[in-house]
Amino acid sequence: MITLKNINKTYDMGQASLHVLKGIDLHIDKGEYISIMGASGSGKSTLLNILGILDNYDTGDYYLNDTLIKNLSEKQAAVYRNEMIGFVFQSFNLINFKNALENVALPLYYKNVSRKKRNIIAMEYLDQMGIKDWAYHLPNEMSGGQKQRVAIARAIISKPKVLLADEPTGALDSVTTVEMMKVLTELNSNGLTTIIVTHEKSVADETRSIIHLKDGLIESFEKK
Amino acid sequence: MFTINTIQEIIASLRHNKLRTVLTGLSVTWGIFILIVLLGAGNGLKNGVTSNFSERASNMVQMWSGTSSLPYDGLKSNRSLQFADKQISDVKTELKETAEQTGVIDKQATFTYKSEYGSYSIKGVNPTYNDIFKLKFTDNGGRFVNDLDLKENKKVIVIDKKVEDVLFKGETSLGKYIKVGNIMFQVIGVNSKAERWGGSNGYIPFTTAQLIYNPDKKFNNMAFTVKGLETTEQNNKFNDKLKGKMATSLRFDPKDTRALWVWNAQRDYVETMKIFGGITIFVSIIGIFTLIAGIVGVSNIMLVSVKERTREIGIRKAIGAPPASILRSIIIESILITTIFGYIGMMLGIGLTELINFILVQSAAQNPSDAGMSIFKNPTVELSYVLISTSILIIAGVIAGYMPARRAVRIKPIEAMREE
Repeated sequence: MITLKNINKTYDMGQASLHVLKGIDLHIDKGEYISIMGASGSGKSTLLNILGILDNYDTGDYYLNDTLIKNLSEKQAAVYRNEMIGFVFQSFNLINFKNALENVALPLYYKNVSRKKRNIIAMEYLDQMGIKDWAYHLPNEMSGGQKQRVAIARAIISKPKVLLADEPTGALDSVTTVEMMKVLTELNSNGLTTIIVTHEKSVADETRSIIHLKDGLIESFEKK
Repeated sequence: MFTINTIQEIIASLRHNKLRTVLTGLSVTWGIFILIVLLGAGNGLKNGVTSNFSERASNMVQMWSGTSSLPYDGLKSNRSLQFADKQISDVKTELKETAEQTGVIDKQATFTYKSEYGSYSIKGVNPTYNDIFKLKFTDNGGRFVNDLDLKENKKVIVIDKKVEDVLFKGETSLGKYIKVGNIMFQVIGVNSKAERWGGSNGYIPFTTAQLIYNPDKKFNNMAFTVKGLETTEQNNKFNDKLKGKMATSLRFDPKDTRALWVWNAQRDYVETMKIFGGITIFVSIIGIFTLIAGIVGVSNIMLVSVKERTREIGIRKAIGAPPASILRSIIIESILITTIFGYIGMMLGIGLTELINFILVQSAAQNPSDAGMSIFKNPTVELSYVLISTSILIIAGVIAGYMPARRAVRIKPIEAMREE
């Protein structure tokens, strides 16, 4: 499903430059349930962003579903993001003047689905997440857990090949965290490849494999 | 993907920040409003002055003969010069730029009707005088002097409305007889056009006037229309040519400045039109710069809007928005602001100019005899201006939105989402 070969990334900031990823080699099969752990600055968010085609890399090759993701035009990158990837963020990143339903439906707007149709589909996903009653509420009227459910619904509505989550429980309390992990685990059990960046052991324990990143390199790849 | 969907998205985004949208739009409204009102005012001035011109034919030249101040060709100076039929035919044949010609015999006389009387100027004229000076006759206001009157030396007279008012005190004058000097004339027409300079007049056939006043068949005043003199230089050349021909014809030194007076209305008209051309350009420039200020305002606000929506744009891109979609939505948003608010400004501008026009027309209708010197008339703007303005607005919207849109497109999703 995902293959990374010798991925390097350097951040250029004027005077200094930061070599964040120093040669990542990785292979992930379909349906795997993986956490990426590491200290701050180890490069885990950078790695996830590269996987999510939100950032580009300097050397190496990244294959997603047998497609080479390299030197893509903005247009092509947007298409892949829309179709192959679902992304969940720590700070939810919902559009705050749109209600839950509209937020969830947004990826389908960029797939040229008509308004009526995409709202119906979005409602199904909200139902699946258990927050159908909040469909017409704005983000600032919802709790953290509800917002994250909306974000997850949005991430999976376009039926992506892989779900990427960057500290999805970081802004949630421990009870909600447990609920959230249940949701993600269930999604994975239906065959969705899931990769979670986290620094919480309890979250990592829910997954079946843990990648440890240190100083821009994979230190270990534990599989249960 | 330019569908209802796109518009819905954009309108939602505009409504999200109503105050900002409205304030931005107002600057465009103001710009267009000023542009249209200024253009209308410029037009109003131009129309007003032009209509004054067309009250006489604007392509007219008048000549008066004077006294020679230089000796010439064996003749002494201080000769009183006068026109005769020969000069009229000279003008007709040798100056091809002229069209209609008339001699005018200018005298003063006392007009009397019953117990009312007054002293007025009396002009002996040809029928072409009316073509040149464009007198006005209402439906039952009679007619001007014609060829038959001239042929038969008829004692008929056309009087100005003011004369009728004084002598007839509200009665109609048509068909009645008045005494001019010691001779009875029948009134055949009333000229309802107000004369702004000179006194009021009566007009009698040229031949009749000659019999009474100038048995030697000489006169001091000639008027004719000219054609094909479009520029100031052409008019000046014509004036010189005319003076030259008259100098030869009447035998005075061409350098003599007191022998002949020429008034070239055509040249005045050309010069005035040049001034108005200048005014229109000046006014347009002011209007356009005001509009540009409005556009800069829109562009500025679009930049602010893009900056504020960095996070939102980043999210959209992360979800899969293609750059074209982002670009399009910013530019369309910009166009919507400029066209909607520009249209409001246009309607207001047109409304104001039409309102002023309406008021002017009303007041003119109420005072017809005072409708003489109108400086301001019909300050409106033609439809073509409106259509051009609309296209300008749309183009303005595109320009205003372009730079901010490119900024938006360049936003990197991850960096965008890191803000806030």
